[in-house]
Amino acid sequence: MSLRTQTGGAADRRDVVAPRAVDELAGSDRGSGPRRRSKVTGASPLMYVALTFVVLLSAAPLYFMLVMASRANSDILGIPPPLLPGDQLASNIDRVFANADVQFGRALLNSLLVAGTATVAVVVSSALAGFAFAKLKFRGSNVLLIVVVATMMVPVQLGLIPLYMLMTKIGLAGGLASVTLPFLVSGFGVFFMRQYALQAIPDELIEAARVDGASTLRIFWSIVFPALRPAAAVLGLLTFMERWNDFLWPYIALDFNHPTVQVALSRLSGGYYTDQALVMAGTLMGTLPLVVVFILFGRQIVGGIMEGGLKS
Amino acid sequence: MARTRLARQQGAGLAFVSPYFLVFAVFGLFPLVYTAWVSMHEWTLLAGKVEFIGLENYRELMVDSAFWRAMVNTFGIFVLATVPQLVVATVLAQMLNTRLRSRTFWRMGVLLPNVASVAAVGIIFGMIFARDYGIANWLLGQIGLDAIDWRAHRWSSWLAIATMVDWRWTGYNALILLAALQSVPKELYEAAKIDGASAWRQFWSITVPMLRPTLIFVTIVATIGGIQLFTEPLLFNPGANAISGGNRGQFQTVAMYLVQEAFTGQRFGYASTIAWVLFLVIALVAAINLLLLRRIRSAD
Repeated sequence: MSLRTQTGGAADRRDVVAPRAVDELAGSDRGSGPRRRSKVTGASPLMYVALTFVVLLSAAPLYFMLVMASRANSDILGIPPPLLPGDQLASNIDRVFANADVQFGRALLNSLLVAGTATVAVVVSSALAGFAFAKLKFRGSNVLLIVVVATMMVPVQLGLIPLYMLMTKIGLAGGLASVTLPFLVSGFGVFFMRQYALQAIPDELIEAARVDGASTLRIFWSIVFPALRPAAAVLGLLTFMERWNDFLWPYIALDFNHPTVQVALSRLSGGYYTDQALVMAGTLMGTLPLVVVFILFGRQIVGGIMEGGLKS
Repeated sequence: MARTRLARQQGAGLAFVSPYFLVFAVFGLFPLVYTAWVSMHEWTLLAGKVEFIGLENYRELMVDSAFWRAMVNTFGIFVLATVPQLVVATVLAQMLNTRLRSRTFWRMGVLLPNVASVAAVGIIFGMIFARDYGIANWLLGQIGLDAIDWRAHRWSSWLAIATMVDWRWTGYNALILLAALQSVPKELYEAAKIDGASAWRQFWSITVPMLRPTLIFVTIVATIGGIQLFTEPLLFNPGANAISGGNRGQFQTVAMYLVQEAFTGQRFGYASTIAWVLFLVIALVAAINLLLLRRIRSAD
């Protein structure tokens, strides 16, 4: 979806910024120096108050989820609603895992498997293609790159029905493969890696390896891939979160015995009874892994989004 | 020597990009094209292909009141969600672009909602907007207003769903706009300051024009997402008939109608028609966006 690149011009300037910014977000601080020194308006105390309000608003629904997940149902259905966490969290979580209709434990494992596989595949396939587009000379590369950018516009959901028919035909409907296979590659990923590879890998390095007789594949594994590691980490994080949170296609494609977490959640909340504490405990369990990832790698994730937005 | 090396690069280049193109062709491009083919048939889940009927499904769709209702709902929710979202995101980006202590914390703070899955968001806000014991109604009560049966009316259900979308995406968009803001030359602001321009004037005369391409980009991404809106309205009203979007379809989106026709109504052909029309709408929006972008660039 890189409109900038399609229209040319600005793309070149962005290329120069790319690796530094990703590096910065992948942990090293060397990129942040110049920015911090640059003249930006200083923040007034009022700004901090306003931002605090925004962050509280961001966190409030998640806090509300925690409150409800830690209460008995009789507490929840009251006016005023409870505003502080209670002591029922453990028992509510137990009930989530004990619910045979939902198979929550299995759903967690399934999500881990599906999202993990997609992450590894997207990172490797994007690194391969990104490297080729950035550094190898081959006929048709310009046209193919435009095709990649164009495919970023096509959401998989629009092919929902044929995809379902295809999966049925090849005997994969209902199982985890049906929600994994379509997401082993990513147009965004290819483009993201290309932008990074353009700057992170000096041509001389590849040339030197060639003179030493290394094959292109060898060069990729021993030189290029290690150099792409910061971008790969960011892309991996973004991919994992996206796949973990995916709902529409898994909701349609998966059968009763193969839920992912999000599908399990919809089942949990779609029952005929309203056990809100149970539902919220499940939602909390489904969200917690990502919140942990976010707290650990928030800097990289923020950076990846800012990077991707510029580029895509 | 040079020739063989180039030949080797040709092969390696194509080999390295092939995993992407192979998987995309099978699971991305083929389904999309095949959707168009299926849409020209009477095609059911159980019986399979029955007959070729050309554009009959399209003709039927154009006079299908349920489809148009879903279309109106989709665009209504989209407008209700996108306009405030972009306004707030722009202001937020400007705020985040000041010299802040622990800037990573603030950036993560605004992004936090985006980490929650859309399913979780639908469920949580479904409870916040519950009729009897929901927090939203309790808050209304605190300021002396009557409780609202959020799911019962068109406008209130749209508002609740738009709130979910805004909550989840405003911070994300703010970060993208922030990235664009940081590439605005600082000298522009300094010059404006010397000329005595107020902060408000700087915002309108420098920030907004410089952000315009990114704003258009963010708008189109929001549009593509908005046109496909599915999970939030589905989980807003959990239960056996969730897919119908309320008792009178008051918040059923086009994507929900598509899934309902395909998997509840078992009409693959007709549902494919909906999918293809949806795709055309998205393509149209993308084309308009590109035209706008071109115009803006040439005006510079």
